[in-house]
Amino acid sequence: MFKRILGKAITYFLLILCGLVMVVPFLWMVSTAMKSQTDINSGSVGFIPYSNVTYYHNEGKREKAKIVTQDKEFSVINIYSEDGKTFKRSYVKVPNSSLTFERKIRFNFNNFSEAFSKVPFGRYFINTIFVSLCVLLGVLISSSLAAYAFARMRFKGRDFIFYLFISMMIVPQPIYLIPSYYLLTKIGWINTYWALIVPWVANIFSIFLLRQQFKTIPKDLFDAAVIDGCSRFGILWKIILPISKPILATTAIFSIIGSWNSFMWPLVMTSSENIRVLQVGLSYFAQESSSHTALLMSASTFSIAPLLILFLFAQRQIISSFVTSGLKE
Amino acid sequence: MKPKKDLNLFPYLYILPAAIIIIAFRLIPIILSFILSFFKWTIKGPEKFIGLINYSQLLRDPGFWQSLTNTFYLVIFVVPITLILSLLFANLLNRTTKLSGLFRTSYFIPTVTSLVAISIVWKLIFSPQNGLMNHILGFFGIHGLGWLSESRGIFTLLLGAMGLKIPAFLGGPSLALCAIIIVCIWRSLGYNTIIYLAGLQNIPEVYYEAAEIDGASKIKQFFKITIPLISPTTFYVLIMTTIVTFQVFAQVYMMTGPPVGGPLGTTKVIVYYIFEKGIDAQEFSYASAIALVLFIIIFALTMLQKRLEKKVQY
Repeated sequence: MFKRILGKAITYFLLILCGLVMVVPFLWMVSTAMKSQTDINSGSVGFIPYSNVTYYHNEGKREKAKIVTQDKEFSVINIYSEDGKTFKRSYVKVPNSSLTFERKIRFNFNNFSEAFSKVPFGRYFINTIFVSLCVLLGVLISSSLAAYAFARMRFKGRDFIFYLFISMMIVPQPIYLIPSYYLLTKIGWINTYWALIVPWVANIFSIFLLRQQFKTIPKDLFDAAVIDGCSRFGILWKIILPISKPILATTAIFSIIGSWNSFMWPLVMTSSENIRVLQVGLSYFAQESSSHTALLMSASTFSIAPLLILFLFAQRQIISSFVTSGLKE
Repeated sequence: MKPKKDLNLFPYLYILPAAIIIIAFRLIPIILSFILSFFKWTIKGPEKFIGLINYSQLLRDPGFWQSLTNTFYLVIFVVPITLILSLLFANLLNRTTKLSGLFRTSYFIPTVTSLVAISIVWKLIFSPQNGLMNHILGFFGIHGLGWLSESRGIFTLLLGAMGLKIPAFLGGPSLALCAIIIVCIWRSLGYNTIIYLAGLQNIPEVYYEAAEIDGASKIKQFFKITIPLISPTTFYVLIMTTIVTFQVFAQVYMMTGPPVGGPLGTTKVIVYYIFEKGIDAQEFSYASAIALVLFIIIFALTMLQKRLEKKVQY
């Protein structure tokens, strides 16, 4: 009995520990994103964002204040009104007992908007969404058509073409990156949306996944449709695709995650700010403002947020997609 | 009835859109990368055939050997540790019913988040001054690790702490590369745990029940039933993690430097070296030669593991 409880306790301890290791970087990112830069620079590492708040004491009243400049004798201060919207400037002698400081928990949500406007992140978001949607649409169309032919039609060279495609899956992106860059330069696509979209509108893995699914559909269904006078395209559109919704969703999930997180390809193929995607924009931002830790964490937070929200809502579907596709390979 | 010729052409129309894209943007670049490596080739086009000169240059290039060594360090540390940890956590998850959904979700988050963003976060975590890592290690009495700015090897540091000195070539991966190793393990752990969990759930319960009746201990059950029956999953995890780790790029690009690959080139991995030579320096043919070496390694490992898989499968 005691042994079992101990076993359970150790199991849960390890699982929680591992869960924390997985999640803590994200929690720390969000909390650092809401700290003030002075707080970070003064060596605050914890998870709760603090800020120093200055108060000015005058005739028994306590008013919020901010030190503007300070020299050996005087501090110039702004004294804020109750609602914090207006202030009057004043000065006090140093050292002065009418000023007190308090360390207060304060969430600097301003960091998000400041980071967002520092470089055109809005533009990067739109570019990323545009590219992701175009690629998604292309992948769904081209893969359904090809998978249908590979699964349900007989034609010369079918198996050869299929295995040729499959064998290319083991060639990783870094291998063909350099020649792709050369070819896209030759056709003048560098720095255009074409370079970000067109090479990715066909996806071998999606074709493979869909073909496996289409093969499991019973033949009777097709025969019945043919008797009803359904054309080949009609069969795909009206019968196969509707009953393959789960696998199409899986394909769509992989496509969206892939496009959203794609980094090396757009880094190499684009340089102008107009068509820069989010990940590349974030990487440039990280180089330019490496000392603005709070802003960097803010930018990382809002770059991760859309996919993270998608994941949290559809996590069951997403995890099982990864598992089934992983085991099918 | 339609004429026969029409029927035969029909299927090709369906594969045409995908085939055009795959041939133009996958097959041709793959073939071209092979051809490029035997030529002197600039942005203007091929200049002349130079045979194996790129490859002989490669053998004498210390930057290439360093990047290859770093990549091997990465694989040698990341793959086994990921394998053991993910099997362990999959087993623990398999034994629990409460909260298992919550655990699964939290373990999987790193898999779907962008490498660029998490690299930025981890870079700050490893910051010597205001990073979380040194702060936590401080509680255990470990202070002042330089992490991404530390070029000395991990073995040099460990043995140095015990007062021993070893030659530099035995120093192992630099502490900076260890930081990258930690991020790679962190990133791949969740995915592999979930894959292992699916594998574990496919093992029929009767085996364990039979072993229980025979009085086999839990540990014995793990080594005599779980490990053998899970081996197909193990080989899948092994192949995938190895291939992914050979291609690490974003972590190094975002976390190290400037210059990227520092300190002293101890975090320069092979894919970054391809990027540096091919894109930054525009030495297309030389970069292609490096890429081909990487491909041969990945291909050989895949084949080797596939063969082993056939032999060991139960």
